[in-house]
Amino acid sequence: MKARVYVSLKTSVLDPQGQAVRTALVGLGHAGVRTVRQGKVFEMTVEPGTDLDTIAREVLVNPVIEEYKIEYPR
Amino acid sequence: MKAGVIVFPGSNCDHDAWYALNQIPGCTAEYIWHENTSLANIDAVVLPGGFAYGDYLRCGAIAHFAPIMSAIKKFAAAGGPVLGICNGFQVLVEAGLLPGGLIRNAGLKFRCEEVRLRTETANSPFTANLARGQVLRIPIAHGEGCYYADDRTLDELDSEDRVAFRYVENPNGSLRDIAGILNAQRNILGLMPHPERACDPLMGSTDGLAILQGLLSAVPAAR
Repeated sequence: MKARVYVSLKTSVLDPQGQAVRTALVGLGHAGVRTVRQGKVFEMTVEPGTDLDTIAREVLVNPVIEEYKIEYPR
Repeated sequence: MKAGVIVFPGSNCDHDAWYALNQIPGCTAEYIWHENTSLANIDAVVLPGGFAYGDYLRCGAIAHFAPIMSAIKKFAAAGGPVLGICNGFQVLVEAGLLPGGLIRNAGLKFRCEEVRLRTETANSPFTANLARGQVLRIPIAHGEGCYYADDRTLDELDSEDRVAFRYVENPNGSLRDIAGILNAQRNILGLMPHPERACDPLMGSTDGLAILQGLLSAVPAAR
């Protein structure tokens, strides 16, 4: 089955990359872009029953600075 | 006395650390490949700078699963001195041996320059040769050296006197100007600046030498 793990910086953590992207977008005339936060996605194929929560917490994510969300797309 | 310099695929300051340690009288440094599982006969450990595993996933994230890390955890728990420099500091926070995390520099730039560090405590073997308030000139070279931790952790570091060094001029956005921190037992130091690059007059500064000598002086007498 397919699984996706979205990882992003916690909202309390400064995201200078996202800010730089926003500055570029506004510079290109997309004045309506208020905020940009940059993250990453892990697209996985896993056997049913795979403990993605543990995988995310122990490997994919550094819980000190990041948070995550797991999705099972159809 | 034997110092072990851990080598990960992608370490690139391992030779500098090895060279600087070998210049210290009474110290022999040797390389330890990350697939080793033992630190037999090693008195002090250095995790050098570089880009272990290409910084894939997160800086230091893959390296902290390397076989040698269990041995390092045991070594540190028994009081053995461990110094993590730059990428080595990132490995130590990923491994949970030091609190907090290191994220992209606030200015987004890779900063490679000499900085001034203020010694915040002399109460650790690494800084015992220094005076509180003493300013050192030591180079940095990193893109992800912005120290982050929640307020509770930062307060704890301050109240327990575990901030070893702060930047005089903050180059990367690190919270509370933190450049290097100690664990609670004070036998692990992680710092972003490179003391091994400031150990010879030829390099423009010898201020890093005191930190490496401190590492060696931390070797328990019984070992």
